[in-house]
Amino acid sequence: MNLTAEEYRVICASLGRAPNEVERHCFEVMWSEHCAYKHSREILRRLPTAGARVLQGPGENAGVVDLGEGWAVVWKMESHNHPSAVDPYHGAATGVGGIIRDVLAMGARPIALLDSLRFGPLDGVRARRLLHGVVGGIAGYGNRVGIPTVGGEVAVDPAYRENPLVNVACLGLVRSDRIARGRADPPGAVLLYAGARTGRDGIGGAAFASDALDAETEPSDRAAVQIGDPFAGKCLVEATLEALGTGHVLGLQDMGAGGLTCAAAEMSARSGRGVVINLDRVPCRESSMTSREILLSESQERMLLVAAAEHVEVLASIFRRWGLVADVVGRVTEDGRFHAQAGGASVADLPAALLTHAPSRRVVPVPPSTDGVEASRARPPLRDPARMLLRLLATPEVCSKQPIFEQYDHMVQVRTVVRPGFGAAVLRLPESPPRGLALTVDGNGRWCAVDPYGGAAASVLEAAANLACVGAEPLAVTDCLNFASPEVPEVFWTFVRAVDGIAAACRALDVPVVGGNVSFYNEGPGGPILPTPVVAMVGLIPDVRGVPPPAAEGDGLILLGPPEAALGGSLYAREAWGKHGGALFAVDFPAAARTLACVREAVRRGVIALAHDVSDGGLAVALAECCLALGSGADILLPAAERTDAALFGEGGTRIVCAVPRAHLPDVRVLALEHDVPLAVLGQLEGRLLRIRDAGETGATAIQGEGGAIVLALDQIRRAWMRLGSVI
Amino acid sequence: MATVKVLITLKPGVLDAPGQAIRQGLRALGYEVEEVRVGKYLEIVVPERAAGEAVANAASAEADEMCARFLANPLIETWQIAALPGGVGSEPPS
Amino acid sequence: MIWGVVTFPGSNCDRDCVHVLRDVLAQDVREVWHEHRSLAGLDAVVLPGGFSYGDYLRAGAIAATAPVMVGVREAAHRGAVILGICNGFQILTEAGLLPGTLLPNRHFRFICRDVWVRVETTRTPFTQGLRVGDLLRMPIAHAEGRYMVPAEVRAQLENQAQVVFRYVDARGRAVPSANPNGAVGAIAGVCNAQGNVVGLMPHPERCAESLMGSTDGRRLFESVAASVLTAMAGR
Repeated sequence: MNLTAEEYRVICASLGRAPNEVERHCFEVMWSEHCAYKHSREILRRLPTAGARVLQGPGENAGVVDLGEGWAVVWKMESHNHPSAVDPYHGAATGVGGIIRDVLAMGARPIALLDSLRFGPLDGVRARRLLHGVVGGIAGYGNRVGIPTVGGEVAVDPAYRENPLVNVACLGLVRSDRIARGRADPPGAVLLYAGARTGRDGIGGAAFASDALDAETEPSDRAAVQIGDPFAGKCLVEATLEALGTGHVLGLQDMGAGGLTCAAAEMSARSGRGVVINLDRVPCRESSMTSREILLSESQERMLLVAAAEHVEVLASIFRRWGLVADVVGRVTEDGRFHAQAGGASVADLPAALLTHAPSRRVVPVPPSTDGVEASRARPPLRDPARMLLRLLATPEVCSKQPIFEQYDHMVQVRTVVRPGFGAAVLRLPESPPRGLALTVDGNGRWCAVDPYGGAAASVLEAAANLACVGAEPLAVTDCLNFASPEVPEVFWTFVRAVDGIAAACRALDVPVVGGNVSFYNEGPGGPILPTPVVAMVGLIPDVRGVPPPAAEGDGLILLGPPEAALGGSLYAREAWGKHGGALFAVDFPAAARTLACVREAVRRGVIALAHDVSDGGLAVALAECCLALGSGADILLPAAERTDAALFGEGGTRIVCAVPRAHLPDVRVLALEHDVPLAVLGQLEGRLLRIRDAGETGATAIQGEGGAIVLALDQIRRAWMRLGSVI
Repeated sequence: MATVKVLITLKPGVLDAPGQAIRQGLRALGYEVEEVRVGKYLEIVVPERAAGEAVANAASAEADEMCARFLANPLIETWQIAALPGGVGSEPPS
Repeated sequence: MIWGVVTFPGSNCDRDCVHVLRDVLAQDVREVWHEHRSLAGLDAVVLPGGFSYGDYLRAGAIAATAPVMVGVREAAHRGAVILGICNGFQILTEAGLLPGTLLPNRHFRFICRDVWVRVETTRTPFTQGLRVGDLLRMPIAHAEGRYMVPAEVRAQLENQAQVVFRYVDARGRAVPSANPNGAVGAIAGVCNAQGNVVGLMPHPERCAESLMGSTDGRRLFESVAASVLTAMAGR
């Protein structure tokens, strides 16, 4: 049995009796960590979730933020890690299907997807197969439902070898006066089931205890991974939006984890009402399904609607017109109970609030013993910086993801103004011109392994930096918090610290967290994953028509932000030494906020040709990426530094590299002064070679190579950067 | 009722891109595979119209038409049909 | 003139086509449900991109049996302009309104990116306003775009000016590297013998506004409008 003795005791005490078999299985699913957030609920309260624009914070199917002018965006991210490890294609596909339905449940048309993926190192056959399957699944589902996947990220680490991470964020658009909610109200309203028929998906395997079986037939042996039908998913999106358009939908929720039970129970608990469900009326695609199977099936592409009885036929006919089933399966009651009936008899009768509120599990967080910080002395100096730069450019984190995003239809819906490949994606809003939205997803397990607070905060800042580089102001954050077992105090400590880091950064930037997801128990025989909080951020662009000025030979390359960087948690430390490389860089929120504001304004004023944030691989990688984007070489002179490798490849601080047309440099200088942001001129665009020299000639730390410089041809840089094509 | 079992395959000479991709996958797993051709297998249950063998024959003729008109693309695909009394769930045609 | 854009279950680019025609080109547009049999009164009909019926069985195969295809056939017969984009092209070949078939891409992957296509004939309403040899920058997004047609039919198409668009490089050359999916003859779009039915794999509705990076697609729609209006004026 998956319930602890204490949980079972609480259930019996609350009910005044023992739960029957069906009820017990309902609790096992509803009180699982995945559905109930037992370990995380209390800690998540530390996140800032309110704000002037927040129309709906955490607690519903997705968060909603006001855009003004009658429109709102819906924003949510979900993980599908364990299913993707078992069946990468279908695991990832159903992850996409699920998050789309969460957004749809708020009444919104889904308009974009982002994917954040983590695997073991890609020289492993299994890692490549997982990557191939996951990308195929996201493409297979996202493309078919006609929602563009416009951005994402990839990272690798041995810790993810058996535990790939697949986090998918979905953006939706809805009129702010037509937001749907997952509420069952008023009493007497009916429950309308719409979508695909119910089968035995998700039943069997670990979800069900091996002890006492039902008095009814045994559950079938069926794999735990659900299979989605993106064609049904597409029809469901269109039919649901059409149904919402009638104005007759009083409540709406998708059936995801926990199936019909979770949807109905949550809807009634939110409104303080109850529901009666007649299992005989649930459309099934398999024969002889037991009550438990019907209640807890995780068959995909199903929604639960609440409507007045007199409007049901109109709504049902819309779903049927789209080739989907639609049947009344129950009604809303006053008594606050979740009541399921089959064959005229009651099979489950529980307080809805009890089902949806498992007692929290408290763990005392314990910081791990301090062994992560290695001595600086243990870090040998860099011998061949040019070769290291090429190596970093070829890492999965940095390299071009073209072989991936070309498999995604990133243009459908004709909103994509800035396509994937370089920084945040930008969508236009024809509904509310000339505005646009920018989206990005960022996480960093390496940083969080060294310092979960600083690393998580830095991920939020990185997301905001990506938005600032396209002139977008942050609107909202959604997150996926991927960790190992919360029952291990040291792991729980990293979780708490990461949440605190996200909270601090979001407060500093005044961005609310409007919803998210926690994925625990990401661990295997090889050990736990790195603590990996992933942040997705959406921002607003007032005028998306702005075209940056072109860059030309002789234009400047500048750095906005503090010059300091650290090697702790850096990609370089991993590649050069296979270690974390020391303490993480310090996070300075006020300085970061000033830099972001400065860059945002400069981009909006049209005085910047290209802005790019410095992250994985540090300044040298950011410069190389700028050269690729502009199709130009550059001559760079770095200030003398104590450690050349830190100057070139150190990470941290909110630092933005900008290509500035010569004529606009004075404007940028003024902006930097006004915002109190350090500005350093690094060099200028020149020729077809990237040349990086440092001002010092201090013996062992001088940049080696031709004439004391990194000298690389654009072609060399591009070849290294296009490395992924040979792997997938 | 009768179950018509239809096997649809690509005509020889038509480039089979999915087949090539699958062959690559099998070889990556260490299997020595010369060629893979991907087809489709359908089981179509039709209602009973006549008794005995006549059912199977009628089903076959109708299935042939189904293939020619819809189930297969005659430009690039061929098909084989086997019809048996009864429902779905037994062996595919040899 | 009146345009119709057909929606099949699974069509994705219907809304995009309606947007371009209605909002960008200020055309009179009707949205046509797949169960609607008659297209009387429509001067041009667009079968949009997407995954009608999930591409199950074969891309476009099930949509080709939809009731609306009766109307499409009639419209084609009476000389209305029929445009099949991507999945629409697949549907037209399955329905026998265009020769050939679209197979899975050579490298068996979905490809979403810009390509160059060259205009090969101006005898269709879509290309009447362009010139032979014009290069258009348009995006593709498909997994089954490899055009295939038997050799003798292909010869006919080439000789009878039924090849409308061909994949080329930025300099207009039909080199192998410019062919994204292995289509025979690097064929990106064809028309029927009459010239009023055209199918193409690239998406003109995705490059009809400067904000989208290219307006080459707009020229195709404008060409149709001009052609139809000229024909109407002539009656």
